[in-house]
Amino acid sequence: MSAGFLSQYGGEIAELTMEHLWLTGAAMLFATGIAVPVGIWLTRSPKWARPVMGVANILQTVPSLAMFGFLLPLPWLGERAARIAIVALTAYALLPILRNTFAGIQGIDRSVIEVATALGLTDWQLLYKVELPLAASFILAGLRTATVTCVGIATIAAAVGAGGLGELIFRGVASVDNRLVLAGAIPAALLALAADGALGLLERRLKVKQE
Amino acid sequence: MKAAIQFREVSFATEQGRLLLGKISLTVEEGTTTAVLGRSGSGKTTLLRTVNRMVRPTSGEVLVDGTSVGAGDPIVLRRGIGYVIQETGLFPHFTVERNVGLVPELLGWTEADRVRRSHELLAAVGLDAASFGRRFPHQLSGGQRQRVGLARALAADPKTLLMDEPFGALDPLTRAEMQDMLRELMGRMRKTVLLVTHDLDEALYLADRIVLLSEGRLIADHSPAEFMQSREPEVESYIRAFHRGERGAAARQP
Repeated sequence: MSAGFLSQYGGEIAELTMEHLWLTGAAMLFATGIAVPVGIWLTRSPKWARPVMGVANILQTVPSLAMFGFLLPLPWLGERAARIAIVALTAYALLPILRNTFAGIQGIDRSVIEVATALGLTDWQLLYKVELPLAASFILAGLRTATVTCVGIATIAAAVGAGGLGELIFRGVASVDNRLVLAGAIPAALLALAADGALGLLERRLKVKQE
Repeated sequence: MKAAIQFREVSFATEQGRLLLGKISLTVEEGTTTAVLGRSGSGKTTLLRTVNRMVRPTSGEVLVDGTSVGAGDPIVLRRGIGYVIQETGLFPHFTVERNVGLVPELLGWTEADRVRRSHELLAAVGLDAASFGRRFPHQLSGGQRQRVGLARALAADPKTLLMDEPFGALDPLTRAEMQDMLRELMGRMRKTVLLVTHDLDEALYLADRIVLLSEGRLIADHSPAEFMQSREPEVESYIRAFHRGERGAAARQP
């Protein structure tokens, strides 16, 4: 990539990277806000785990381009492309976070939960003093998977006009200009790697040695 | 002597209808240690867990200090009863000090009071607070973990202590050390202890009374001396199951 290319597109790449980050970040925030509480609730009512996880699973199997297409005609959502993108990305991020929250809490040594209850922790104290800290690295691992997936899928959001780095890729494909494709793809890949690395680091820090 | 724990015709059946406890009536006097013996599946643990309402009897009632455990707030009840289990259930993300100070923390003690209390108790169970206080459970041996578990159970100075095969997973030497420590401690603190075990030796060494359960029924309720002289068939067969090695070795002597 020449210096001329960068000086011509540098500003745009930076702007689209920020847009990409915003779409992914907002979706991760929503997905976490939904999937963590639902995951916790499922540990209290495990009979719902299968159906709820099933729905999240189905959402994940919808091809991303189709998902954006389905959301397009909906009222309010369809008015702004960014709304569609964020909703779609949230849907994709749900399953890994949900699954890891549920499995992380269910996987805690039963004797720890038993004693915590027997010593008089309330359900709420059990959750924030014991379960969440012990499941934190698992939940974060789910968040990490979800983030990396969403950074990738967010490039498709350009198809409905939501912006992000996909815009450069789509333009590059349309004009058969590989430099433009790379100008979108490389920053997107770097974003995914950075998110993976940073969240992985945090995950290792939160990991509790059990035995 | 005052009754600390009373079981009044306590029965418990699972949802599938399997009877785990059948009309158990038993009084545990204040400041004494009662061992509950029985083979695996005899209902010992279930009986223990009715005291802090981890299990609610299908019928009958359990009274602690004259009050039915079903009547009040289970959280308040549980904070007033120490609980020790074989797997220890130490919180792996807390230091030893914080593990011990957990119930005081729940009760809203100041940090200074909690630290002072946990150091006091670590000393009582034979651990040096300066070198162990800041460690995490995975950095301790099995015996040390069990000591921390006991210190944690005693933290808020409960009158009653429930112990479910606390030393079952330890090697015989460590187990003997723990039993000595517990005996000395209980002699000093005068707690009411309900100790579930399948080790007859442990029951004889630690308990003032021995209760034998079989298939959810109370078979015997004796002092250790009476227990050893009992002619009840279940008691005799339980006694026969112990020290077989010694008898076997004696029999093979030329």
